[in-house]
Amino acid sequence: MINFLQEVLSYEFMRNALLAGVIVSAACGVIGTLVVLNRIVFISGGIAHAAYGGVGIAYLLGLNPVWGAVGFSLLSSLAMGYVHRKEKSRSDTIIGVMWALGMALGIIFVSLSPGYKADLMSYLFGSILAVSTADLWLMLVIAVVVLAFVLVFYRLLLAISFDESFSTVRNVPVGLLSMAMIVLIGLTVVISMRVVGLILVIALLTIPPAIANLYVREMRGIMLFSIGLSLLFTISGLLISYALNLPSGAVIILVASLAYAVAAAFRQISARSKMRKETQNAKNGFEVIR
Amino acid sequence: MEENSEAPVISLRNVWAGYDLDTVLEDVSFDLYPRDYVGLIGPNGGGKTTLIKVILGLVPPRSGSVSVMGASAQEGRKHIGYVPQLQISDKAFPINVWDVVSMGRIKPGFSSLRLNSEDRQRVEEALRQTGMLELSKRSINEISGGQRQRVYIARALAAQPRILLLDEPTASVDPHASVQIYDLLAKLNAEISILLISHDMTAVSAYVKTIGCINRRLVYHRDKSISADMLQAGYECPIDLIAHGVPHRVLPAHDIDGERLE
Repeated sequence: MINFLQEVLSYEFMRNALLAGVIVSAACGVIGTLVVLNRIVFISGGIAHAAYGGVGIAYLLGLNPVWGAVGFSLLSSLAMGYVHRKEKSRSDTIIGVMWALGMALGIIFVSLSPGYKADLMSYLFGSILAVSTADLWLMLVIAVVVLAFVLVFYRLLLAISFDESFSTVRNVPVGLLSMAMIVLIGLTVVISMRVVGLILVIALLTIPPAIANLYVREMRGIMLFSIGLSLLFTISGLLISYALNLPSGAVIILVASLAYAVAAAFRQISARSKMRKETQNAKNGFEVIR
Repeated sequence: MEENSEAPVISLRNVWAGYDLDTVLEDVSFDLYPRDYVGLIGPNGGGKTTLIKVILGLVPPRSGSVSVMGASAQEGRKHIGYVPQLQISDKAFPINVWDVVSMGRIKPGFSSLRLNSEDRQRVEEALRQTGMLELSKRSINEISGGQRQRVYIARALAAQPRILLLDEPTASVDPHASVQIYDLLAKLNAEISILLISHDMTAVSAYVKTIGCINRRLVYHRDKSISADMLQAGYECPIDLIAHGVPHRVLPAHDIDGERLE
C-alpha cells in the first residue's frame, strides 16, 4: 500500500491530479449544497452541457478550451439564471433548449476545426491526469472566489434558499444574490470539467450533499460534510482508476453513486428499525395501561 | 369600532391586480389602522394570496395605489412582519428554529451579514414571546405544524414590525395549537396591527376585532359582523359560519337579486 502510494506520488501528473481533486472537492461541496437545497440541479446540468459550446469555439479559434468553457458557462449561467427568475412557468423548457443548443454548437464548431481531436472527449468525460500547473492555478483562483463568496454571504444565501419571498420582503437583493450564485455554479462546473467532465459533473455536485443531507440537519454542516465526501470520492476514485487502468472521471462517479446507494439503503433500514421499536414501545405501553 | 383619527398603516385605493390575462383583484380599497385586528376570509382562488403579494409589493397592481406606513409597498414593507402559509416542502430544508427566526433580522446592506448582539437579543425575545425558546436548537422537521407556525410568527416579530400579515395561519394546524396561536396574536395586538387572511371562517371570526370578505372584490365595513353583501361577495355556495355567538350555523345557498345561484 505504502509502495503503491509512493509510486503514485512520484509522478507529477498524479500529484497534480490529487491537488485538482482537493480544490474541486472544496468548491463542489459548497456549491453543490446550494444547488441541491435550491433545487436547481437542472440549471446546473444545463450550464455544464452548454459549456461544451465554448470548448468548441475555442478549439476552432485555436485557443485554450478551458477559457472557452469559462466564457460560455458565464454566458449560459447568466441566461439560464435570468430565465429561471423571470419565466417561472416555462423556465425548464427554455433551459432544456439552451442545454442542447450549447452542446450542438460545440459539436459543430469542433467538426469545423481542422486537425486531430482525440482529447475532446476529455472535456466531456474528464481527464484529471492531464491537469497542468496552469490549470491548477485557475482552479485555485475560482475555488477561492467561490468559497469567499459563500463565507461572506452565508446568512443571506441561507435566507434566500429557505424562503425567497420573505427575503424579498426584507428588501435584501435576492435577485442579485441568486444570479451571483448561479454564475458561481457555472465557474465550479468549469473547474470540475477537468476532473470528471461536463457530462458527469452533475453527479459530483449533487451526490455528496444528497448523502450529507441524510445525516446532517444544517446547511453549514452539509457543506463541510460534502467537501469531505467529495474528497473521499475523487481521491479513492482516482487511485482505483490508476490501479485498474480505468477512466478516472467515470470511476469517481461510480464510487460516489455506490456510496449514495449504500447511504440511502442504510438510512432506510435504520428508519424502519426505529419505527418498529417505537411501535413495539407503544404496544408495550398499551399493555401496561390495560 | 371607534373612529380612528390616526393615519392608516396599510392603505389600498382602487387596486386592480392579476396575472397575464387573469384579473384576480377588482377595485379593492382597504385601510388597516393602528391596533386593528382584521380577518379577511374568502374561498380558495378568491385572490387572498394575490392581495397579500400586492400589499408586500411582490405583485405590482395594474391600477390603483398601495401604501404601507405612508410609503410605497416596497419601502414600507420593512415594517410588515410577514407570516407565510406553512409549506410541506419547508420541512425538508435542513435548518434549525434559531436560524429561521434570525432570518427576521436580515436587511439590506452589509451590516446584516453577521448577527450582532442586538440581533441576538431580538431573536431571543421573539422566541420567548412565542414560547419557542426551549426548542430553538431543534431542526424544523422535528417540530409540529403549530410550533412551526409559531416559529414563523417569531421570525416576523424579530424584525420588530408595526404590522403582522398572516396567510392562513391555522390552515394545517390542529385545533389546540390554533387556539394557542390566536391567543398569542391577541396579546401581540396590544402593540401591533394585524391583518390575517384565511379561507376558514369558523377559525377566524371568533378571534378578530373586525372581519371582511374577499372574492375578487373586497367587502369590509370595519365591523365585527358578517353582512349579506359580504356573503354575496365572498361566497357563492353554502358555508359553515359562526355568526355572533351562534356557533356552526349553516347558511343555505343565498340569493342575489332574487335569483337563486347554484
